[in-house]
Amino acid sequence: MAGFDGTRPIFLQLAEMLEEGIISGAFPEEGQIPSITEYSAALKINPATALKGINLLVDEGLVYKKRGVGMFVSTGARSKLLARRRESFYSERVLPVAREAKALGLTSGELAELTARAYEEKE
Amino acid sequence: MAIELKGVTKRYGATTALDKVSVSFGGGIVYGLLGANGAGKTTMMNVITNRIFADSGEVLIDGERAPGSDRALGKVYMMAEANLFPDSMKVEPAFRLTRSFYPGFDMDYALSVAKRFELPLKKKVKSLSTGYASIFRLTLALAVGTPYDIFDEPVLGLDAQHRDLFYRLLMERAADTEQTVILSTHLIQEAASLISHAVIIHSGRILRDMDTAALTGAAYQVSGPAAAVDAYCAGRHVLNANSLGGLKTACVEGEPEGEAPAGLEFAGMDLQDYFISLMNEADRREAK
Repeated sequence: MAGFDGTRPIFLQLAEMLEEGIISGAFPEEGQIPSITEYSAALKINPATALKGINLLVDEGLVYKKRGVGMFVSTGARSKLLARRRESFYSERVLPVAREAKALGLTSGELAELTARAYEEKE
Repeated sequence: MAIELKGVTKRYGATTALDKVSVSFGGGIVYGLLGANGAGKTTMMNVITNRIFADSGEVLIDGERAPGSDRALGKVYMMAEANLFPDSMKVEPAFRLTRSFYPGFDMDYALSVAKRFELPLKKKVKSLSTGYASIFRLTLALAVGTPYDIFDEPVLGLDAQHRDLFYRLLMERAADTEQTVILSTHLIQEAASLISHAVIIHSGRILRDMDTAALTGAAYQVSGPAAAVDAYCAGRHVLNANSLGGLKTACVEGEPEGEAPAGLEFAGMDLQDYFISLMNEADRREAK
């Protein structure tokens, strides 16, 4: 299992991991996610930390609790996350790339060419 | 409901092992008790479990004075370094003996843990290797079921795979029970994600007693050309600094305000970096 970056709060990293899982479809909507105990043991993280991380998603309505059963991904969680990602895509991804391109002396046209090429790249 | 130390002092001759220490452990969370060798960790744990008496101050367990109260002391288990079992005793009978002292001891669970570590049940406790002696002791501590459970260097002599298994089992236990755990370890990097509260002790005094995330969030590193770092650090509380050629990295207390000035870089600190910086600063102060 992937390790955590020790310099950022673990609960935030766990929340991001869960969001990533929902976006990728690893955790489908209305599917059950692992319990606090499972997360704690598998990732070797404090249960209070695991709870705090998962609660971030619960508070946003992305995940809901069924008493005595467990936690499930809400219907619509994936599209909600995708919409949010698109909003932050410009500021968090595009802007830093453009700045870096400028620092490297690439013109806006050259950057556009590179993006077009990357878009066509097979995964 | 907590273990409370109030102004506890313990001296050995001219050495003050604990200097008016006040701290409490409770709330069903996992504490990290961190400190260098000789900082007073073991003395503190021995005072809590009544193995040694404090010169002054008091220890309360759920509000009850610990010395002289079997009921209070029965709530605390400490994974002992010394072997307290008769020389000829084998592993499984030692489990049963422990259960006779601690009624909450979960025999089925202990056997399942032993099986996962491949701890030989029919072997004499005394003849176990260093690693398996640790496994034996941590198995008892995992299964004991007391409200307060102290692990003193639990992974001593364990290989990476066994340490990994122990950490998983400890977190599973922490999630499934209401136990308050005190984990004393030098392997801070490995323990950082396991603990939610750190108690840092140095020369018999508590230096920090805080939520782990709050602790590491209250300091950061700034690095860049030495002159620029020095200029930035003027008037700020620097814990520790290292130079490499003309580059310098300083650990600063507080939270960075806004973006780093041109040429400088900010970075967060993990628990081990923070701990080392804090220890270096404390040593420097003491040397003065």
